[in-house]
Amino acid sequence: MVSARNLSKRYGAKRVFDRVDLRLDRGGALLVTGPNGSGKTTLLRILAGLVAPSGGELRLPDRALVGYLGHEPLLYRELTPLENLHLFGRLYRVPERGERIGMLLERFGLWEVRHERVGTFSRGMQQRLGLCRVLLHDPQLVVLDEPFNALDAAGAALLDATLEELRDRALVIATHEPGRVERLATDRLAFA
Amino acid sequence: MGYAADVAALARKDLLLELRAKETVPSMLLFVLATLTVFHFALPRGTGHVAALGLLWVALVFTALLGLTRAFVPEREQGLMDALVLAPCDRSAIWLGKALAVLAFLALAELVALPAFGAFFSGVDGRTVGAVALADVGICTVGTLTGAMAVAGRARELLLPLLFLPLVIPVVVGGVGASAAGGSGRFFAFLALYDAIFGLLAWAAFEYVVSET
Repeated sequence: MVSARNLSKRYGAKRVFDRVDLRLDRGGALLVTGPNGSGKTTLLRILAGLVAPSGGELRLPDRALVGYLGHEPLLYRELTPLENLHLFGRLYRVPERGERIGMLLERFGLWEVRHERVGTFSRGMQQRLGLCRVLLHDPQLVVLDEPFNALDAAGAALLDATLEELRDRALVIATHEPGRVERLATDRLAFA
Repeated sequence: MGYAADVAALARKDLLLELRAKETVPSMLLFVLATLTVFHFALPRGTGHVAALGLLWVALVFTALLGLTRAFVPEREQGLMDALVLAPCDRSAIWLGKALAVLAFLALAELVALPAFGAFFSGVDGRTVGAVALADVGICTVGTLTGAMAVAGRARELLLPLLFLPLVIPVVVGGVGASAAGGSGRFFAFLALYDAIFGLLAWAAFEYVVSET
């Protein structure tokens, strides 16, 4: 699903990382760890197809198969959860969109607030809705950058259960709390 | 069909955002009315119709610029360009949806600006309305592309006018010519050609503007 050989990224003279090799297939989970500024987010953005690497070989699936959650939930604050998810569902050509959206909103405990503006939500609720957006089109490669950020205990438990269900996909997770997802990891990449 | 539906969904999103936030269109209305009022008092009495028309075009271009500075604010502030770019739809649909929304905002501002111009200066004839409509298409296609380029840069507030204004000089030339000059057919054709060429260029270039390297 994903393979990278000798991957590097530079911004001008600044080197972000060099010589990263990885391979990830369905059923695999890559755990990316490291301190702030070590290049985790840049690598995840490359694996999501948002940023081109500076060097090396990279093979990624079609972007219709990728789900990406960054530091922001990537949602329109003036729109409701339903409006946000219908927009992205349309762009991702999600079949039976209404049902899929309803199921996700129920699952992440947001059905009751489906008509309220996202801007009125707490950061944790926005993160849950961000996860709904990521999973909306049933991606085969799921790239999550600090997915437990801002989630309360119930939200984190929900995400734990969701990640268990995503074991048959290819997962890339960057986190400061490796203990939370250690059980899923089939491969690890530690930035210094 | 899928492409048109994507464009419609993206344009609808921008209209809905404006309907909720009510930031861009009221600002554009206030700006264009204030500008025309200033011009009304700044111009000496007896100034000709052609000179006044020139100022109308200045007011419209700067009103459009104001709308364009707000066009990508949600995408910039909430990092949403990433989400849009990741979607498997044709990326030019993002540009076209945004350009249509900006066109709607500009048309709304002009619905007020043109009668106000008629009240302050002299009447607006069909030629002027036609020239404004054709110019709007060029302004919005080029403006949306330069707006997206500015969003990607650091000094975005500076970058947009620096990119946009030189590119719309031909629109002002064509617009003033079409609304004021005797041989206006030539200027209408010029505006239509500008719309076609720059529309096509912006449509093809947007993919590269939003691709981060």
